[in-house]
Amino acid sequence: MRPFDYHRPDTAEAALNDASDGTAFIGGGTNLLDLMKLEVMTPDRLVDVNHLGLNRIEETDDGIEIGATVRNSDLADDARIRRRWPVLSRALLAGASPQLRNTATTAGNLLQRTRCPYFQDIDAACNKRDPGSGCAAVGGELRNHAVLGTSEHCIALHPSDMAVAMRALDAEVVIRGSGGSTRTTGLPDFYRLPGETPHIETTLEPGELITAIRLPAPPGDRQAYRKVRERASYAFALVSTAAVLRMENGKIASAALAFGGVGTQPWRDAEVDTLLRDERPSNALFDKAGEVLMRNAELREGLEFKKPLAQRVLKAVLTEVTR
Amino acid sequence: MTLDYQIDGPENDDLAKPSQDGVIGADMERRDGRSKVTGAARYAAEHLPEGLLHGFLKRAPGLGAVRIENAEEVRAMPGVKLVLRDARMIRNAAQGTAGEAPVQGVETADYVGQPVALVVAESFETAWHAANRLKVSCNGASLPVLPENGEADDDMQEESVTGEPEAAFAEAEVLVDETYTTPALTSAAMEPHAAVAEWDGDHITLHASLQMLRYNRDELADSLGIASDKVRLRAPFVGGGFGSKLGISAECVAAALAARELGKPVRVVQHRRQVFEVNTRRTETRQRIRLAAGQDGKLTGIGHEARLSNLPGEAFAEPVLQGSYFTYAAPHRLLRSELVRLNRPAAGSVRAPGEAVGVTAFEVAMDELAQKTGLDPVELRLRNLPETDPVSDTPFSSHRLADCLTRGRDSFGWQDRPTQPRQHREGEWWIGTGMAAAVRVNMVMDAEAQVRLTPEGRAVVETDMTDIGTGSYSILGQIAAEGLGLAVQDVDVTLGDTDLPPGSGSGGSVGAASTGTAVWLACEEIRRHIAGLMGCDASDLTLVDGFAICGNSRRSLVELLAGEAVSGRGKLEPGEALEKVRQATWGAVFSEVAVNDITGEVRVRRMHGTFAVGRVLNQRTARSQAQGGMAWGLGLALTENMTHDRRDGHIVNRDLAEYHVPVHADVPHLDVQLLEDADPWAGPLAAKGIGELGICGSGSAILNAIHHACGVRVRDLPATPDRLLAGLT
Repeated sequence: MRPFDYHRPDTAEAALNDASDGTAFIGGGTNLLDLMKLEVMTPDRLVDVNHLGLNRIEETDDGIEIGATVRNSDLADDARIRRRWPVLSRALLAGASPQLRNTATTAGNLLQRTRCPYFQDIDAACNKRDPGSGCAAVGGELRNHAVLGTSEHCIALHPSDMAVAMRALDAEVVIRGSGGSTRTTGLPDFYRLPGETPHIETTLEPGELITAIRLPAPPGDRQAYRKVRERASYAFALVSTAAVLRMENGKIASAALAFGGVGTQPWRDAEVDTLLRDERPSNALFDKAGEVLMRNAELREGLEFKKPLAQRVLKAVLTEVTR
Repeated sequence: MTLDYQIDGPENDDLAKPSQDGVIGADMERRDGRSKVTGAARYAAEHLPEGLLHGFLKRAPGLGAVRIENAEEVRAMPGVKLVLRDARMIRNAAQGTAGEAPVQGVETADYVGQPVALVVAESFETAWHAANRLKVSCNGASLPVLPENGEADDDMQEESVTGEPEAAFAEAEVLVDETYTTPALTSAAMEPHAAVAEWDGDHITLHASLQMLRYNRDELADSLGIASDKVRLRAPFVGGGFGSKLGISAECVAAALAARELGKPVRVVQHRRQVFEVNTRRTETRQRIRLAAGQDGKLTGIGHEARLSNLPGEAFAEPVLQGSYFTYAAPHRLLRSELVRLNRPAAGSVRAPGEAVGVTAFEVAMDELAQKTGLDPVELRLRNLPETDPVSDTPFSSHRLADCLTRGRDSFGWQDRPTQPRQHREGEWWIGTGMAAAVRVNMVMDAEAQVRLTPEGRAVVETDMTDIGTGSYSILGQIAAEGLGLAVQDVDVTLGDTDLPPGSGSGGSVGAASTGTAVWLACEEIRRHIAGLMGCDASDLTLVDGFAICGNSRRSLVELLAGEAVSGRGKLEPGEALEKVRQATWGAVFSEVAVNDITGEVRVRRMHGTFAVGRVLNQRTARSQAQGGMAWGLGLALTENMTHDRRDGHIVNRDLAEYHVPVHADVPHLDVQLLEDADPWAGPLAAKGIGELGICGSGSAILNAIHHACGVRVRDLPATPDRLLAGLT
């Protein structure tokens, strides 16, 4: 581990003032510390955001605001979340292990880094870790890699379960900049595709701090999260699907579907949602949704299974929530 | 006084036998359990002498000639004490019982991840960071990294042909001819390999995490170029080994060399990622199995051909054929294995080397034969059990496979099983059951132990035997308690120190029987001494509750010893028994699984194992061993898969997040039934090995249940969802 400075401010403003180039904010540290030990991430300075009062969950007009440092286990257990946004609770509980969930934070989970083994290996080429060095994953051993949103420079998978549910729930990220300014951005604008700059994963600027995540009123009352993995716990998704639907008169009035284990970011495809809207549930419809979802999939060797598996899970989840 | 004993035959009437209802065999908690769960037990890395420095092994990032560009720059970093590159550093861990240094040197990397330097600093973090700063370059591979591209090593072939197997295959009424693959696997012991080296003059004491100290001592001495009597190894607690700590490992030699050079104690702990790379892995295997049979299921021919790999210079070849010599009768038999040399990390023993993957593949093939002949899988196996060893015709020392099959079948509840697959569905889940036979060769190894009886009437057992989590402390205490008629709490057990008599070490399931027998012999020596004090024959002496009884005479040991301690030493040697008989341990494993028709996920609902393993020394630790083996079988069948990069052979998934050992949520109730197995060829203690049998077949019980559940036959392990999808609805 590279030597670093450690600061523990009491306010968000102080934390932002503390942040300079080479600073990383640390919440639970479940991901950051591992990567620092491996020297995959090498911040000069850690600014601890655990004492900024960002650990509350508060209802807003018709939604809810989740503080950046709310622990994953607290969020999953929150009665309001379980009642109105159960897909989020399910997704959280499908992730990691109880010990990790007790420590990991909401904002940290959104920002967790890929599990690509080549990213985590400082002896391997990786455009995300070391821009311009190449991508050892392409042509290597692939399993936990993306098939959607990839580029020739990076095929790293976003590993989060929580963020998949958040994506289906139209979550917004509340970001505070230096000088006290605050902006809000939806997840579609928050995450970036790797393109030629896979090392830039979000639109979060240096000197900005996530203070909360906002969930609007749930876009549907029929919610499900399903995750597939060979090991029953403590394993990342081979594929996962979050579904938030509303039914009216036997038709799908609104559909929000998001996917894990397939994309370079928590994946959502507006065409899938649109296809389902105002339609009566049917196997043919669900099969078509699966075709649309995977129409641009890059199925590299070792990842061929992701397409049929994601399609089967999508169909099963849609069948469940439209029943 | 040393009592020497060799197991040459079934007669050992001159030696006392454990009673049927004594301390031996009781269900007793581990004597080291409390110290382990409270943290009082000190493992190797927890030994912290004054002035301790910390070393971190630097890995080769590639293959071929190694060049380090900036060693002096790194040496000059604050807190850094040494950048060690020494030709005596070892390339990989020694093979089990080698007793000599493995391949040494840091100039050439034969596999990615090979240690090529040690950086020593004032703190672990500084050492690791400095090691990361070392710039190492390599000039390229000399050998292939993919088994299919490797060339077979002529010196490593194994072949045994009985009768005319090719004709048997050609003329078979029913033929199974399939190829199975198993991936590279790792031991994944909880405690990473670690060593703390301290020199006193030209003597070294090394606290380490090792399984077989008597051999490790010679291996370390040979690596360093010093005499063995200058080396003391201590390993009183070892947090799991499973074969990965059989031989001296890289951090031991590096710590010793650095401590010598710096004149200070040095600790080197392998990072988890290094644990995957620099110790021995289980080779990947490719196994073609042919079974020729009549319509009645009687085998006429058996073919088992395997391809394995290892690094150049390693004499180990996974003995995958081991169970195929004797499990089933057949007049014609072809057993052949070849080993290719690759630039992959060294292969060596991982729990049940050979049978773990050999029996597993073979028992899937047997299930395929049951399917083709329409026979019940248990019945098929019962029809093919041999009377004597099918290849050598020597008798079995005991043969309990039929009992395991039938009693396991009854205990599991096999009777109502549908004969065809895909008969039982619950919602999205296909439910099925499967079974497999389990066999594992049984061995004993040289072992010595000393038992001292103090004037106060307490006994102290002393040997360099290790307890790697198996229960050695407990069972050796029980053996001495019973041998001397004491309560177990009146027996102390000291292990894991080469200053003590050399036990067998832990490996190959030999530890309990071998070192246990040495302890029994040591007690016999004391019994003979006490009999002399009592003026009677040892055969007429009874020791019970701290008293010696002979005829009408009954005297307390304290009185009898009159202030003098007595010690006895036992020495066991294998003898000629295994030249006269085929000796093995036996079992049958049954499982019920659920296969998700949508996702291909497999969840094991329950498992049952019936095992015959000689005399059970402690019901609880024996059951734990069997259960541990079954959980390993589950991992082998469903989750474990060490992936090598196709370009340079490096291990890609080298941490416990991405190498999937089963977690609690995966492991269902594991029901274990232990059968009495009075094997007269197992020496006076009549104990046999149990540590490895549980993994030899349990994986196939799951794979066969998957087929029964959903009709998909998985021949490439592990059976992950992606490998099942195509065959599902």
